[in-house]
Amino acid sequence: MTDSHDSIEPADSHGHGELVPDEPIANPGLPAHEPRPTDVDPAKEKRAEIQVAVLFALSGICSVLFVVSYFTFDVGDNWHVVGGLGASTVALGSTLAGALLFVGVGITHWARKLMGDHEIVEMRHPAYSEESDRQRALEDIKVGFEETGIARRPLIVFSGVGALGLLGLPAVVYLRDLGTLPGDKLEHTIWGQGGRKITIVEDGEEKEITVPKMRISRDAIGTPILASDLEIGDLVNAQPEVLFNPTRYYMEHADVEGAELQTHKSKASLILLRMEPGDIKPGKGREDWDVNGIVAYSKICTHVGCPISLNERTTHHLLCPCHQSTFDMADSGRVIFGPAGRPLPQLPIEVDEQGYLVAQSDFTEPVGPSYWERDYERDRFAEGD
Amino acid sequence: MMKSADVASTNGTEPATPKKGAKTAGVVATWADDRLGLAKATKGMSLRKVFPDHWSFMLGEIALWSFVVLLLTGVFLTLFFDPSMAEVQYNGSYDPLRGVHMSRAMASTLEISFDVRGGLLMRQMHHWAAMIFIAAMMIHLLRVYLTGAFRKPREINWIIGCTLLLLGTIEGFTGYSLPDDLLSGTGVRAADGFMKASPVIGTYMSFFLFGGEFPGDQIIPRFYAIHILLIPGILLALITFHLILVVYHKHTQWPGPGKTEENVVGPPLMPIYMAKAGGFFFIVFGMTALLGGLFTLNPVWKFGPYDPSKVTAGSQPDWYMGWPDGLLRIIPPWETHIWGVTFSWNIILPILVMPPLMLTVLIVLPFIESWITGDKREHHLLQRPRNAPTRTAVMAALITFYGLSWAAGGNDIIAIKMHLSINQITYFLRGAVIIGPILAFIITRRWCISLQRHDEGKLLHGYETGVIVRSPDGGYAEKHLPISEAAAYTLTARDREEVYSSNGAADEAGVAAPGGKKAEIANKVRGKLSELMYADNVQKPTAEELHDAQHHADHELHELENQIASGPNQHGPTSDH
Amino acid sequence: MRLLNRSAGRLSRHRRGPIAGLVVLLLGLLMTGGLYAVFAPAQADSTDSQEELVKDGRELFLVGCAFCHGQNGEGVLTQDGTQYGPALTDVGAAAVDFQVGTGRMPMATPGSQAPRKEVVYTDAEIAALSAYVASLGTGPAIPDAELYDPDTLSSEEYDEYVVRGGQIFLANCTACHNFEGSGGAMPRGGYAPKIRGVDPKHIYEAMLTGPQSMDTFSDGNIPPDDKKAVIAYLNTLEEQPSYGGFTLGGLGPVSEGMIAWFVGMGGMLAFAIWGASHTTRTSRKKDGADA
Repeated sequence: MTDSHDSIEPADSHGHGELVPDEPIANPGLPAHEPRPTDVDPAKEKRAEIQVAVLFALSGICSVLFVVSYFTFDVGDNWHVVGGLGASTVALGSTLAGALLFVGVGITHWARKLMGDHEIVEMRHPAYSEESDRQRALEDIKVGFEETGIARRPLIVFSGVGALGLLGLPAVVYLRDLGTLPGDKLEHTIWGQGGRKITIVEDGEEKEITVPKMRISRDAIGTPILASDLEIGDLVNAQPEVLFNPTRYYMEHADVEGAELQTHKSKASLILLRMEPGDIKPGKGREDWDVNGIVAYSKICTHVGCPISLNERTTHHLLCPCHQSTFDMADSGRVIFGPAGRPLPQLPIEVDEQGYLVAQSDFTEPVGPSYWERDYERDRFAEGD
Repeated sequence: MMKSADVASTNGTEPATPKKGAKTAGVVATWADDRLGLAKATKGMSLRKVFPDHWSFMLGEIALWSFVVLLLTGVFLTLFFDPSMAEVQYNGSYDPLRGVHMSRAMASTLEISFDVRGGLLMRQMHHWAAMIFIAAMMIHLLRVYLTGAFRKPREINWIIGCTLLLLGTIEGFTGYSLPDDLLSGTGVRAADGFMKASPVIGTYMSFFLFGGEFPGDQIIPRFYAIHILLIPGILLALITFHLILVVYHKHTQWPGPGKTEENVVGPPLMPIYMAKAGGFFFIVFGMTALLGGLFTLNPVWKFGPYDPSKVTAGSQPDWYMGWPDGLLRIIPPWETHIWGVTFSWNIILPILVMPPLMLTVLIVLPFIESWITGDKREHHLLQRPRNAPTRTAVMAALITFYGLSWAAGGNDIIAIKMHLSINQITYFLRGAVIIGPILAFIITRRWCISLQRHDEGKLLHGYETGVIVRSPDGGYAEKHLPISEAAAYTLTARDREEVYSSNGAADEAGVAAPGGKKAEIANKVRGKLSELMYADNVQKPTAEELHDAQHHADHELHELENQIASGPNQHGPTSDH
Repeated sequence: MRLLNRSAGRLSRHRRGPIAGLVVLLLGLLMTGGLYAVFAPAQADSTDSQEELVKDGRELFLVGCAFCHGQNGEGVLTQDGTQYGPALTDVGAAAVDFQVGTGRMPMATPGSQAPRKEVVYTDAEIAALSAYVASLGTGPAIPDAELYDPDTLSSEEYDEYVVRGGQIFLANCTACHNFEGSGGAMPRGGYAPKIRGVDPKHIYEAMLTGPQSMDTFSDGNIPPDDKKAVIAYLNTLEEQPSYGGFTLGGLGPVSEGMIAWFVGMGGMLAFAIWGASHTTRTSRKKDGADA
């Protein structure tokens, strides 16, 4: 009846007529093998063979087309375009896909239609080892352990474990130079570089000067902002001027380039908003932090640090595009929605003699996401700094 | 094992006598065997090893082949990619960024995209393959769980599988970060936030990983080493071990005529399975090429280089990181400031607690189940999800939680595409992630049980023919016919389940179970859980019940037909009987 | 192949001699002066035609706008004190040109945000409406083409503008409008609209006036030349081919994930089901064999 009969060991010893008392139906055993049309009809078989060959041939054609496309379609600064798409990518992708898919489909078709399709039966063996093997292995382990004398020599065991444990120290210490220590870096931003006192040597004479207060510049454009330039409803994405003009603040270009620049931006980025002065509800001690309705807040979300600038002009609600924390910019950056746990830090601002917006000081609390050591009590650490 | 001639004889016109090719193969094989003893090795793993055929057994294969595609395309990308954060002025082919300062990583990504022919295709294929790799692992995991394929002796492979899912996700995230474009930088920025929120060591972790303050100039080279060396190495080793175990345990199979716990039935490795698996590799590779050629993935040139002050709407991670990102979106603003330190629950819970917790739950599920059922036997026949209602319901609850969190990760896109308010979506999901899984558990469990009832009905009363007959006295009835023996056997080829009784165990021993109070409580819990697991399930009928029912059905059918035959309605739909 | 063409990567239509740019510039300057004379709201000695325009505009206003914005554009409050239609006294001509020119006004139904739709007024009517509203008070005038049209730039200038504009765009606009200008979600059901396929003039006016809930980017915020750079960049985004194939709506990883699951996994599953399915069987026996 079944072709599995001629296969291996008595595979179907189980079942087959004998009824296990609890079982309602006996295992009827493997059904008889039914031939496929391709098994019995030479014409169908031939057709399947041709189909497979055609599929393989199509794959070959695709491979050739791939090579042709590779050398035909330009990339670089002047792409060939097909139907608005980059011709090179689409042509290379489709021909490569064709070359691969036709082979895959061809092989599968071959296996399904032409290769022998008899199911065969293989017996399983439990995963565990033979009892004798197990005994032997256990015996080996036992003998081995006895020969070490581990049970009789606790001194060796303890000192050995201790030594291995201490080896963890070099492993950990070795990683120390992966990075610098945090120190108080997270508590300061480059805004604090404005208005600092430094000593310079001029004409062989040491003298103490005060660096100008940090002007607020337009991000990406780089120009400082006159308070009178802004209209009600304006939102400016801003940066400290030092990033564009370091010498004015007695800093080197190298201080605001590459990784340094990125680090400064990751803390100093700013949002400026000008609203009706009457709309602002200044926080306690923040009465003089705005200029004529212009307020400045950190652009770095206090949740996980995304830059935020999705402001609704009409409501002064600022939304974070990453996790939708929403802050009220008219009310000390209070969180009104979403996962952020703290208000956006506000930057106290004023205007300098020329009318440009400047920061009164650094932020008065750490900007950006929370961190373990962040001490809420010390939020005003930079007062008067 | 079966002689090859047996198969060849059924293979149509292809004669069994070896042709020239086979002779050459023989010569090569002999040459190799003289030196390597390869034939000896086939004693351990026969070339005619059986692999049962079922589409659901191909899911893991999608993952496997995607991984191979990842290795191939990844190697190509390494030939051009420069994992450095040194600042350069871009001077390549893409006009709108010419002159912009960026890292060499970003510049070389642009070079791959615009100046290397087929480079963009490779980038996109690599990225698509990564998304599919993880998707396939997840679907494969679901298949294994829902069919009970994780049971003894396969628990270790289950753990390896879960680990692979975790590693694949980390591998994906590090890869997503490498181009140093705006999107990947935003992701890394968030990862920095996650690290800093970790209690005690958080800030130090961040400073050590980034080589100083975020973002520094170390993170890309470090991620690169992790991405192309460390994790792929571990993945490769674990996948190899995973496959060795599949071979050693032999594949599970669906119950059916001739299939038992002691055998495995299917086509042999050589040639059918080799051909199908090999063919499937080309199909997976080809599909990836098709995706890579037709669909733009991560257009870095539009994002521009990473700049901590820039961001774009629709900043999302790749899909597999979507669910923790979703939790991060719907978590309420919980932060505790106490003893001069900050507990950022709004990060700790969704990122540092939930994903590890989810993974742990996955890993321990098989062990919890075997503890409740007390079943320590080997299992090689798969179960239909309906035949393990509580297990299926547990996964439904987990998946519902996953799915809702995932939806939360796209709440902004849902809002604009469906004209909803993100605030309301967020409020809704805050409740739904808790209520949804509970509902899913209850509904799925009851659903499975009613499917079991349906199966029982088919066994006992036959299947519904759709033929309605009217009896002479005006009653209507649907005619049922018995199902085939093979179908009936397949339905009954499952274990009878017994609810574990904690009292029973104590009684058997005559005294209270050893281990004192603690063991007693554990025993009680086990009893309760076993009740939840089994008490409502429909067990297969005994031989006697089946016999009675069939007898009864025959009788009814007979009676019905008699009535029809003697009644006025001779032209009923059953008249041909 | 007709479909096949060289890309607009270099934007051939911007490739013209430097003289052409100069001519356009001069023309633009001339027109600026002319238009300013026509539309400048503070012009005390407005010509007859200007007066007529305002008069026409007022008539149109009374029919189409006054119901919500008041007879004299003073705005209308609802019973509970919220705005039904805001006051238009100081919004300027640019705001009217944007709102009416993109079909946002008149609104089909009162709501928090007016969607872009079919434009109902003719260009002449829009000009009249703008002139009328401009006459009510202050506010930005309709910009002239020289300010916003990237076509007025020479090829070299254009490239430089695009690069600069891209950086300004990413710093100021993408947060709401997305990296491809596909738009994004805002609080409480609001949204930042898609800004692809929008007339450069309207983009400029939107920046200038801050329609609906959008912030304004006045000339003191982003100087006119930089606004033009942003428009040039948007222009490039729209004109460049999608190098990597279909863009999936330019929504980022969410739509990519959907493709991975539905097309990628879906396609592979279909192949898997086909590969593992049973082939056709026959009850025929092979001629004279087996048995």
